[in-house]
Amino acid sequence: MAEPAHSDEPLLKTPLHAEHVALGARMVPFAGYDMPVQYPAGILTEHNWTREHAGLFDVSHMGQAFLVAEDKSHETVAKALEALIPADVLNLKPNQQRYSQLLSQDGGILDDLMVTRVGAPGHEGWLYLVVNASMKDADYAHIQARLPKGVSLNPKDGLALMALQGPSAAAVLAKLAPETADVPFMMSADVQIDGIWCHVSRSGYTGEDGFEISCHAADAAKLWNTLLADPEVKAIGLGARDSLRLEAGLCLYGHDIDTTTSPIEAGLIWSIQKRRREEGGFPGAERVQREIRDGASRVRVGIKPEGRAPAREGTVITTPDGREVGIVTSGGFGPTVNGPVAMGYVAKDVSAIGTDLHLIVRGKPLPAKVAAMPFAPHRYKR
Amino acid sequence: MTTRYTKDHEYIRVEGDAGIVGISDYAQSQLGDVVFVELPSVGKTLSKGDEAAVVESVKAASEVYAPVSGEVVDVNRDLEAAPGTVNEDPAGRGWFMKIRLMDPNELDGLLTEEQYQEFVKSIS
Repeated sequence: MAEPAHSDEPLLKTPLHAEHVALGARMVPFAGYDMPVQYPAGILTEHNWTREHAGLFDVSHMGQAFLVAEDKSHETVAKALEALIPADVLNLKPNQQRYSQLLSQDGGILDDLMVTRVGAPGHEGWLYLVVNASMKDADYAHIQARLPKGVSLNPKDGLALMALQGPSAAAVLAKLAPETADVPFMMSADVQIDGIWCHVSRSGYTGEDGFEISCHAADAAKLWNTLLADPEVKAIGLGARDSLRLEAGLCLYGHDIDTTTSPIEAGLIWSIQKRRREEGGFPGAERVQREIRDGASRVRVGIKPEGRAPAREGTVITTPDGREVGIVTSGGFGPTVNGPVAMGYVAKDVSAIGTDLHLIVRGKPLPAKVAAMPFAPHRYKR
Repeated sequence: MTTRYTKDHEYIRVEGDAGIVGISDYAQSQLGDVVFVELPSVGKTLSKGDEAAVVESVKAASEVYAPVSGEVVDVNRDLEAAPGTVNEDPAGRGWFMKIRLMDPNELDGLLTEEQYQEFVKSIS
């Protein structure tokens, strides 16, 4: 998971770097940042804590930006973004959030991202974007080069982002900001916590109920420690974030999705609303609409190895009679499942749940089955 | 009874003509939570440096190399059900395999406890 940083480039630090070091985190280079992969409790404990209580994650390395229409019109800014992504942005309600993908002309995924229609008064015609850390410079350049006159992209380097995830997350946050209790899944609110301005969205990437909280970098350490002061909350590193999102069946950019995969192959059709499926009008629409109509030749599936051996990214998938049919894109040990779990792409004809497969681990074929995802049930607050 | 170490963090605890092989406490702490161990078959002959076992943590798979040449005469089957024993007690219940030494002189090329601790200090 840890991508080696370029040795000639110094690692960036998030506004919470000193907090991680103080907590005894093991720091690793990730997407150009020096990030906590785990704290002393270890990945298994952190993973289980998040599923049972509340985990606090620093995701400040991710890119936060605003897309702003000069004419203060939601329609103007929504149309500008709809020219780049397949989600319905036009019909977003104020404070509503959607998951989508920046697509290339041939329907490949350039990055995945979250889009929110800003609801704060005085911010009409504003969209809030969160993009992947490793892709943010490329994403910003891509978007900027394709914006119409009157719409501008403003990356916000001065913001921190943290995620509070798990069954206790809502109760913890409600003690600090009671109004967050009523925020439904994929909606957001601007609140004050301890005098700190926070943009809070009911979302995350663990499969649990929870929030992503944006605040000014200068306030980040104070907010982080306020949240950590609750006995239900522990700091969780990138290692557990990866095992949590894998069990939740969520894609990691550069692994489960990339420029070669389309949203349909990746099983992300749910993120393309009906109007956009029919109207098209986004990059790669021809491929996406064709794959919706005819099916894709390969699809992302969940895979459950039958033994105890984890099958890692890059593991070749065959049929029991040895025909090569795909490759694992994420795989490891699922602490909640208490066994190995994986996801990957397989040929359409072997993608049905329950299909027998072999995983070639260290040269040996290990039996596995196509499995329903998520591996651990989602517990979003609908 | 002597314990020797490799620079790859395997240990071998020699009793008579056989040795118990495992990974050091430093190695288990670096790996993190161990979730799977693949052991060799009993009866397999290993040359010094051969891949003898695989230990998988939540994050990654790592090879365990034979510190000496010899025949695998026993493996720790308990690790199949409880791989976390490697983290809890690497030098004791978390052992991997027992090897009958082919050439006891190979032990001389391995690090003593003191040399190994110095080596760990130099890399951490």
